[in-house]
Amino acid sequence: MLAAMATTSKVPPKRRRGRRRSLPLPVLVLALVAISFFALPFVGLLWRAPWRDGWSLLRSSDALDALKLSIVCSLWSTAFSVVFGVPLAWLLARARFPGRSVVRALCTLSMVLPPVVGGVALFFALGRRGFAGQWLDRWFDIRLPFTTAGVVVAQTFVAMPFLVITVEGAIRQLDPRYEDAAHTLGASRWYAFRRVTLPAIRPALIAGAVLAWARALGEFGATITFAGNFPRTTQTLPLLTYLKLESNPPEAIITSLVLMAVSFAVLVALRERWLGGIVRPPAG
Amino acid sequence: MQLVANVRLRLGSLDLAIDLDAKAGEVVAILGPNGAGKTTLLRCLAGLQPIDDGRISLGDVVLDEPATDTFVAAEHRPVSVVFQDYLLFAHLNAVDNVAFGLRARRVPRNEAREQALEWLARLGLADHAQHRPAMLSGGQQQRVALARALATHPKLLLLDEPLAALDAATRTSVRRDLRDHLARFDGVRILITHDPLDAYALADRVVIVEAGAVTQAGTLAGIAAHPRSRYVGQLVGTNLLAGTITGTTFTTARGATLVVDAEADGAAYAAIAPSAIALYRTPPDGSPRNVWSTTIADIDRAFDRVRVNLGEPLPLTAELTTAGLAALDRHPGDAIWASIKATEINTYLA
Repeated sequence: MLAAMATTSKVPPKRRRGRRRSLPLPVLVLALVAISFFALPFVGLLWRAPWRDGWSLLRSSDALDALKLSIVCSLWSTAFSVVFGVPLAWLLARARFPGRSVVRALCTLSMVLPPVVGGVALFFALGRRGFAGQWLDRWFDIRLPFTTAGVVVAQTFVAMPFLVITVEGAIRQLDPRYEDAAHTLGASRWYAFRRVTLPAIRPALIAGAVLAWARALGEFGATITFAGNFPRTTQTLPLLTYLKLESNPPEAIITSLVLMAVSFAVLVALRERWLGGIVRPPAG
Repeated sequence: MQLVANVRLRLGSLDLAIDLDAKAGEVVAILGPNGAGKTTLLRCLAGLQPIDDGRISLGDVVLDEPATDTFVAAEHRPVSVVFQDYLLFAHLNAVDNVAFGLRARRVPRNEAREQALEWLARLGLADHAQHRPAMLSGGQQQRVALARALATHPKLLLLDEPLAALDAATRTSVRRDLRDHLARFDGVRILITHDPLDAYALADRVVIVEAGAVTQAGTLAGIAAHPRSRYVGQLVGTNLLAGTITGTTFTTARGATLVVDAEADGAAYAAIAPSAIALYRTPPDGSPRNVWSTTIADIDRAFDRVRVNLGEPLPLTAELTTAGLAALDRHPGDAIWASIKATEINTYLA
């Protein structure tokens, strides 16, 4: 009897067709309002888009350069967020040290800070006369403000916390005894981290990286304050869009649509992947 | 090869003070109630929890000795663990789970896989090599965990409740298989369990651990014959009274007396089988030397037997048939007469 239940429970229960009707009407109405709230701006853009000469507008403007810069910079900042964010998440989740909650607040502050404030703060820290920037300049001849590297720094600053909190949550949920099991099998801490912990948090890592990437792609305030707005070096697509809104609105609509299409495509594509990739360990 | 462990550890509310030794070829079961410190002891032996004081050695290698600042980390100990819920890596298939320990020890990939496949075949899982743990039954998962533990050729194998995660229907057959597989491993084997059936089927020797200390050790038959704690008494299904014996009079800690058969003097235990206690509606006459009146505290029913828990002065459990209870027509709270023959009371010095 018990064995039979154990084997049948692996098959997901089939949903009955009529089940959906039991959704309470007020919930349904409010959810539909929410969906239209998100859909309406798209419709607005699509409605006003200069479809006829869209492609020539795109070709002739700086939009393609800005798109290229946006994609390159956002991918770099995603990479930096992963490389530094995963160890940070690990530290926050597992290490016990005094003032951990203060460190966590500090590391996720840029998520709630207005990005412009973040950009100003970065400028006074890493600018040529900045607190740390003057030494970067003097010793290593590195100047970050108003460079492409500066764009990556600004984007990483606002994007990394999204990855950190996602991955930290996953590490917290992870049963540390799996790492114990790896150690008893002869795995060093690093080997256990690579072969046991990382695969186990992979879905959260992908989700966090996508969130960070999306945040970096859309980053505006910190970028324009810290890195400025120079075509081909620091002018990302959001910056260009803002500029064109004043000078050439149809172009602004085109660049907005491009940004939207890229983000939408990646979100849809990855959603399948990161939900499909999860194999849950058996309960008990 | 011999394991000698003198473990002293304070962890939260647990105060662990356990001396344990086990030889190669021997299966020692650590039997005790939940929260007794069994799993913590296992973590100490595996190197997942350093001890505060004492010494753990395996053969002539000292694994942990705080006094000399010696501590061999888990990954460097020749010790493998089969964990309670197996802790198989969900993202790896069976063969990669088994190969994990070899790969961690830098055995080349192909060689590790080959050895892992051999282990799976040996445990009858050749057909499941490519399956992920979620696709395996509980018994199969346990065998993968065992193969994974044995593949690194440990000198000490620790099994933490290896049958607890299984349902009742498969437990018996898995237990039998486990015994066969354990017999083929020639290192030191320590089994942690709260189930005396596991200890009986799998172990040569049993160590009873209660509240962080060893309360009794020996063969299960020896322990069952002379229980020395309430827990062991319940485990083997017998009433256990602690007290003193003077001549043929046994006096419990609360001052109740029983006439016993054997003559002795000193602190002693008295073990009484529940079936040896007879219950009556009216004062019985005849040979029993121990007759007293009491009340029924409560009644447990199990299949065709009932267990009647008696109140003061002797809080014993009597066992009778359902028909016997019906004939008695007594309920919790009712007064009743009880008797035990002197020859049915098994006394031994503490």
